[in-house]
Amino acid sequence: MPFVRFMANSLPQRRKLVPIWNSNLQALALFLVVLIVFLGAWELGVQLNVFSQLVPSASRTLQAFWGWVSDPFFDYGPNDKGIGWHVLASLRRVVTGFLIGSAIAIPLGILIGLSDVISKAVDPYIQVLKPVSPLAWLPLGLGLLKDSENTALFVIAITSLWPTLINTKFGVSNVDPAVLNVARTLGASRWRTIWKVILPAAAPSIVAGLRISIGIAWLVIVAAEILVGGTGVGYFIWNEWNNLEITSILTAIIVIGLVGLLLDRLFGLLQTWVSFGQR
Amino acid sequence: MISSHVDPVDISSTSAQLALNHVFKIYPGRQSWQDKLLRQTSPDFVALADINLEVEANTFVSIIGPSGCGKSTLLNIIAGLTPPTRGSIKLNEVEISKPGPDRGVVFQNYALMPWMTVFENIRFAIETVYPHMTIVEQKNIAREYIDLVGLRGAERKHPHELSGGMKQRVGIARALAINPKILLMDEPFGALDALTRGFLQDEVARIWEQQRQTVILITHSIEEALLLSDKIVMMTRGPAARIAEVLDIPFPRPRRRESLDQYPAYHELKAELEMHLSQETRAVEEARIKVKP
Repeated sequence: MPFVRFMANSLPQRRKLVPIWNSNLQALALFLVVLIVFLGAWELGVQLNVFSQLVPSASRTLQAFWGWVSDPFFDYGPNDKGIGWHVLASLRRVVTGFLIGSAIAIPLGILIGLSDVISKAVDPYIQVLKPVSPLAWLPLGLGLLKDSENTALFVIAITSLWPTLINTKFGVSNVDPAVLNVARTLGASRWRTIWKVILPAAAPSIVAGLRISIGIAWLVIVAAEILVGGTGVGYFIWNEWNNLEITSILTAIIVIGLVGLLLDRLFGLLQTWVSFGQR
Repeated sequence: MISSHVDPVDISSTSAQLALNHVFKIYPGRQSWQDKLLRQTSPDFVALADINLEVEANTFVSIIGPSGCGKSTLLNIIAGLTPPTRGSIKLNEVEISKPGPDRGVVFQNYALMPWMTVFENIRFAIETVYPHMTIVEQKNIAREYIDLVGLRGAERKHPHELSGGMKQRVGIARALAINPKILLMDEPFGALDALTRGFLQDEVARIWEQQRQTVILITHSIEEALLLSDKIVMMTRGPAARIAEVLDIPFPRPRRRESLDQYPAYHELKAELEMHLSQETRAVEEARIKVKP
């Protein structure tokens, strides 16, 4: 890399410079290079009319992105709200649906993890229902609940509960037999063993499941809101598509990605917090 | 005695705190008709055959034998974690059928709860065994045993922050804190490096001088057994492991590792143990070579 040579030669203390140019900085430089090349190619492609007429230029998109992000909480009526309001509406749905799903998945997972018989009996249901697409649940939800808001929650809950359920079952049924033996030799009751030994021991698995579940819930929200309407980032995207505002759609995509990243990191922190060096 | 057939061992067992009578452990092979149909039958595996052992109160007994001889199985049977196939185990004349806090167990792999601090690990044991004790009292006892094993200052650390030696100190403190009638130790120093092991053996010797509890220690270290024990139980190789001989270790206490070999009997006992162990181990190796893969 000529850049490295330039820096290294221009400064007298060559040795001290090497650690600064570590792998993190290299990665950051590469990240920026990719970004610049991508934006450059995009801009150039639009200028030369390579893409469809609908495609906005990179500069226009960045301007629009900044416009949305710098003022996220305006409200000029139901069809003209800041993206912050949409994100909050979606987050509220996701968190509610996720909590409903987890409230079903964790106790059920514990039950399945503790009993071989129940595990074997319930497994076929799990295996059949788990791979069903969230979109397939939507009409059923609308038919059953006759309410778009509740349908969104239903779809989020039912598609996000599976990873938590399976991970909870795994964590509970794979507790280190050594600590279970400790509880047995102390004469601990079944209830105390579950509450004080099995659950804390399974906590890292459960939180890992929750982390995947919240990711799925956030993934599902856009599809659910596009179909159900009202507010939220999914509705926002659909609304902007009807306005043919591609810049807004691109903004929403980036914002959705960033919020998803944030949620994942949050659960990542929770995961380290319950792990105590076990991972 | 309620048992219908009285034999010589039963009669003498009145003074013993722990008495094992004709204990067998047999793992059943695959012999159901399904297995026969699939030609996957296997014979029963006799792990322990006719173990008779008596342990007097306040003695330190080591069980030594070649690896895989079923020492740990025997300890698990006494702990109540594994049921014997046949035979009876009595603690203070009461038949043992399940695990209980009258026996404190120190595990080879420490078995600490990773999410609990040192203090919480010990208090968890006390709270489980004495649920009606006040929290202040529980905490006092926990502190007392943390001091006993020399872990003051590390109370708030989690197990992953401790060395192997420190973890096993927690294991010992936890087992002692519930005030068991008998302490069972399953190769407690097996996973430690030589220096830490020696250090912890001295610690156990010191603690034992203070507590004088009945201890059963599973080990495969001759020096460890000689340093700590009043009696050493030598087991034969498995399968169908038996007790070959019980040696009395007469050295006065407190014992010191450095001066133990000054007693004339030391070398004699050590040679006997070494011969037994090497003989059994060689036989195990030979048997393994003969078995077709």
